[in-house]
Amino acid sequence: MLNAILVPIGIISAFGLLFGIGLAIAAKVFEVPEDPRIPLVRAALPGANCGGCGFPGCDALAGSIVEGSAAVDVCPVGGGDTAAAIAKIMGKEAGSAVKKIATVICQGTCETAPNRADYYGEIDCREAMIASGGVKGCRYGCMGYGTCKSVCPFNAISMGEDGLPKVDPDKCTSCGKCVDACPKSVMNLVPVTQEIIVKCHNLDKGKIARLSCTTACIGCGACEKACNFDAIKVENNCAKIDYDKCRQCYECVDKCPMNCISGDIEYGKSTAQTGL
Amino acid sequence: MSLIFILISSIFVNNFVLSRFLGICPFLGVSKKVETALGMGAAVTFVMALASAITYVVQYAILEPLNLGYLQTIAFILVVAALVQFVEMIIKKMTPSLYQALGVFLPLITTNCAVLGVAFLNIQYEYNFIETIVNGIGAALGFTLAIVLFAGVRERLESSEIPKAFEGFPIALLSAGLMAIAFLGFSGMKLG
Repeated sequence: MLNAILVPIGIISAFGLLFGIGLAIAAKVFEVPEDPRIPLVRAALPGANCGGCGFPGCDALAGSIVEGSAAVDVCPVGGGDTAAAIAKIMGKEAGSAVKKIATVICQGTCETAPNRADYYGEIDCREAMIASGGVKGCRYGCMGYGTCKSVCPFNAISMGEDGLPKVDPDKCTSCGKCVDACPKSVMNLVPVTQEIIVKCHNLDKGKIARLSCTTACIGCGACEKACNFDAIKVENNCAKIDYDKCRQCYECVDKCPMNCISGDIEYGKSTAQTGL
Repeated sequence: MSLIFILISSIFVNNFVLSRFLGICPFLGVSKKVETALGMGAAVTFVMALASAITYVVQYAILEPLNLGYLQTIAFILVVAALVQFVEMIIKKMTPSLYQALGVFLPLITTNCAVLGVAFLNIQYEYNFIETIVNGIGAALGFTLAIVLFAGVRERLESSEIPKAFEGFPIALLSAGLMAIAFLGFSGMKLG
């Protein structure tokens, strides 16, 4: 009677012991040396696996950071805190990882840049783009069908009443999904501290640009002359700001005849004078 | 001659995935890319062949003489689990990229009912040792064949236009069903 219980227990235990010892030996033979910092870095990352850094996921990024092929501050979602934590693990100084957010580089609303035709297709920017590049008067401007909103995994984008997307800076993690999805390249990643942004990327000559939108950059160069820091340049009929050089003095915002450079002038002037 | 019959029968006629509906989890989980599917197939082949051999020995050398037939399930699962751990170590050492690609489905071979299924069927059909191994390899080859073919189908599905409601798993399940119907054609083969 007792044997009927003890024998099976013994057999199964023997199996377990045998396999356990076998696996322990195999684990030693096939040991893969892993850098102990990889799991630490992995734990410091947000773990959203969004791919915003350009790696397949947080695991791959952690591996690359420890390997040295990726910088400690490439995770756009985690921002400065994560970069600092990883830098500590890696024993490096964190670069000044300024958080970036998705920004709409267009202010062509239905009034300022009227459509040149009616569009009855699928409400999706990429679909609309196929129909002769969209019906918007300005062929560089935001079409407003909200593809950026639908691809945003963090619900950070909403469509405003003026037909342009609005980004919630608190929710935006700068994963770059909207930047990739926008067929007009209207979404850009801009440092969150940057107030002065050229809200236009129309590359047409001044006259054509002016006809298609009342707030288009016409490439007149007034901003370039106004800038004291050599930060704003007109290239291909459109002004471009070098965010590293820009001191946010608001001179260009003041001078722009088309009001296509964003920034609250009153507020800006006051902070600029206090030596920002 | 009967060995060839067993092999063909286990690959095509009684294909584990498409006729017996065993091992559906990795079949759906790791069939997005042909390459990964091949890796999975190879891992399963290795585990199945070894598991068939070891479970045969366990059954006829240990369990039967001791009248412990009722311990079959737990003993076989132990064998399979240990083998999978072993395969995991080997793959991690040899091909880290495949290890990454297989992800959680590698340890999940343990619960792949196809592996346990083939071990039970070998006993049930009263195969001898050689037949057992041939059946194990055949079943694994059948699994590999099914998963690689299916991965090919799914790679094409990726780039085709699918109604929104059918995107992803629904269309995958539908095409799996169609493949199973196609494999039903093999059941007309009269073997032996």
